[in-house]
Amino acid sequence: MVNNVGAERAYLDHAATTLLRPAAREALLEASATPGNPSSTHATGRRARAVLDDALESISEQLGVPRSWLIMTSGGTEADNLAIRGAATGILAADPSRTAVAVAATDHPAVVATARSLAPALEARMLPVDGQGMLRSEGVEAALADGAVGLLSAALVNNETGAMQDPAALAAQARPHGTIVHTDAVQALGHGAALGHGADLGHGAALGHGSAGAFPFWSWDDVDLMTLSGHKIGAPVGVGALVAKPDVPFGPVSTGGGQQREVRSGTLDLALAAAFAAALRETLSDRDQEIRRLRALAERLRRGIHEIDPTARFTLAEDTPRSAHIVHVVFPGAHSDSLLFLLDERGIDASAGSACSAGVTQASPVLAAMGIDDATARGALRLSLGWTSTDHDVDLLLRALPDTLEKARAVGALLG
Amino acid sequence: MKVLAAMSGGVDSAVAAARAAEAGHEVVGVHMALSKNRDQTRSGSRGCCTVEDASDARRAADRIGIPYYVWDLSDDFHDLVVEDFLSEYAAGRTPNPCVRCNERIKFATLMDRARLLGFDAVCTGHYASIRTDGPDGAPSLHRSRNMAKDQSYVLAVMGPDAVGRSLFPLGEYETKEEVRAEARARGLGVSTKPDSYDICFVADGDTQGFLERNLGASPGEILDADGSVIGSHQGTHGFTIGQRKGLGIQHPAADGAPRYVVDIDPSSRQVVVGAAELLSTRELIATDVISFEPLSVGREVRAQIRAHGEATPARLLEVPTDATVPATTADSAAAGATADSAATGAAATGAAATGATATGAAATGAGTDPDAPTADSSLRVSLETPIRGVAPGQTLVLYDGDRVIAAATLERRA
Repeated sequence: MVNNVGAERAYLDHAATTLLRPAAREALLEASATPGNPSSTHATGRRARAVLDDALESISEQLGVPRSWLIMTSGGTEADNLAIRGAATGILAADPSRTAVAVAATDHPAVVATARSLAPALEARMLPVDGQGMLRSEGVEAALADGAVGLLSAALVNNETGAMQDPAALAAQARPHGTIVHTDAVQALGHGAALGHGADLGHGAALGHGSAGAFPFWSWDDVDLMTLSGHKIGAPVGVGALVAKPDVPFGPVSTGGGQQREVRSGTLDLALAAAFAAALRETLSDRDQEIRRLRALAERLRRGIHEIDPTARFTLAEDTPRSAHIVHVVFPGAHSDSLLFLLDERGIDASAGSACSAGVTQASPVLAAMGIDDATARGALRLSLGWTSTDHDVDLLLRALPDTLEKARAVGALLG
Repeated sequence: MKVLAAMSGGVDSAVAAARAAEAGHEVVGVHMALSKNRDQTRSGSRGCCTVEDASDARRAADRIGIPYYVWDLSDDFHDLVVEDFLSEYAAGRTPNPCVRCNERIKFATLMDRARLLGFDAVCTGHYASIRTDGPDGAPSLHRSRNMAKDQSYVLAVMGPDAVGRSLFPLGEYETKEEVRAEARARGLGVSTKPDSYDICFVADGDTQGFLERNLGASPGEILDADGSVIGSHQGTHGFTIGQRKGLGIQHPAADGAPRYVVDIDPSSRQVVVGAAELLSTRELIATDVISFEPLSVGREVRAQIRAHGEATPARLLEVPTDATVPATTADSAAAGATADSAATGAAATGAAATGATATGAAATGAGTDPDAPTADSSLRVSLETPIRGVAPGQTLVLYDGDRVIAAATLERRA
């Protein structure tokens, strides 16, 4: 069985990567037997192109966008780079007054670091968030007011906390300033912030469903650029996509053969595209039911954690728009690395959520932007669910937690 | 036993971890990240501390078949080792950061944390032996069989309780060649990695430059032994007792004999130079005593003051008397903060000794552990033959044959 970490382990780190879906694996294997380069004009190349086009059509149909909007990439990071670096420089070239990009302070490093790297040609403006990680509209307004921001970016679902932004509201603020809107939807796809909505696929798309019921609706009218990643939905690592409307100008980032709209060069991997299409199909086919299922599991996790440790602080409040699959919790007095070590030993795969360079835990910029102090952030734990998650996973975590917390707090007391 | 194997990414700790696993222990590999901003790749003669070293350690753990983690101990390392290194130099003393790291990080923070996480022992690639043939049958620390590699000197500050919670699988008979051969045979990719010599946190190996950058310039005078000014300097931290080169004195001594640094006084920013004879001493005074067994006046021992020095026959003139007298030096007080919290955390389990012992007198100052080792501010030793270059801040280790019986920090000469 390829889709299990083992009966005695609970994989609660789907936000890092989820498990490969068998359908995606089959599609990958089958398509990888296809010979030829899809760009070749001979019969073998044309057959390869047809396999690739089948995959691209499937993806674009499921997303509710024309196939020409789709730019396949090696993953979310490349798509973010293309969006931020490519579009921001393209917009600047088209309009020299657009000398800034604005990104949510809580966005993934693929967005924030890319925006910062554009200096001195472009100024990176950080959009402030509130204590729940939601963009402050007055902060967005302030950043856009002078008309210099050509591109605004905010993740649909935050990769650490699961907080959801509202693209419709952002678009409403951005449009009057002529600002292009990008959203990194890597964590959103299938995990609670769904793309598309029933028969209205692509035109009345809803952000998430389930308990809160208050999620704003958005449509492709609101978003010009969107980043997607394969391995968060059960496709292999190494494939992602940037959905880009045709009127978004791009500067030269990925130069070469110009295979995809002259925006992204390089031979397309039809096998990965086929696997991505298969994973997306499964992800979206039972989306509503799956989101309800994950919300129920997450709720069990929260309730169970609260019963074991009433001092545990859930980072997002119940009425904060949040994805179904992430439970972010802080245990006062316990250090994340001890928690993770002890949980690992007890068969639980979890994460602190924040970036980590060769084991040295960096203070989380996401939590810092939310005004959570360093000492508190040290006790953070991110539990994330996915398509293989079951009640059994939740049971294992809750069974391991009391002893884990006691020991991790003893270490926390030692380290101060 | 459940054993935490500290893995630097070097060949010694990798082979030590492999041996511990082979001996049937439940071993987990841990690489200590000691800096927040580590270089990505190794350069020069350094053998640890880069991201590349961490991945070497990870691959060794994979090969051995043990779990592997990186623990971020960079805050403690900075506060307790790097800051100590700087403040000791600023105070005109000569610290050994590897000793401090063993005392305050490996056999204190790391060991305490390991114990709280359920480990019974810490395993390292040090060359030293743990035997139970001492007077009371308790585990005692000995020189390694291979004297050329012996690291008992830098380990002595770990104290007796930590010895009982440690494994040094390389201590019994190894030559480095044997260890490398074993690493090769086990398929450990680190078998050909060069040994490291430099101070790990001085990235470019330029210790003087590191001190200058961190302590700044503080010009002062260089005096002859009779008190006349014969030169100037940019900071007393640029000098070590016994130093001959780089004094920057224009005129040779009247008798033409080489001159050495014989005294450093940071408060007046004066460096005193003089003839080699002035460096000789027959008596050592040390504080922050960590004893492995009862010490008695008149006992014949051997005294060692350098990691790679000889041990000199010596006799104890004065020994610590009161186990609960707190240390008075600033650096032990700094360690006390950690040791106290360690003792607090461990009190419930009745195992306060690890933190208390490793930090010596400072920890016993908390007065929570009546079984803590003897510690006082005064150990005095007479030497059979005079030795040169005794610098305050250096570690004094006393041996009975090959067995470590005490460690302490040298003070100014009498």
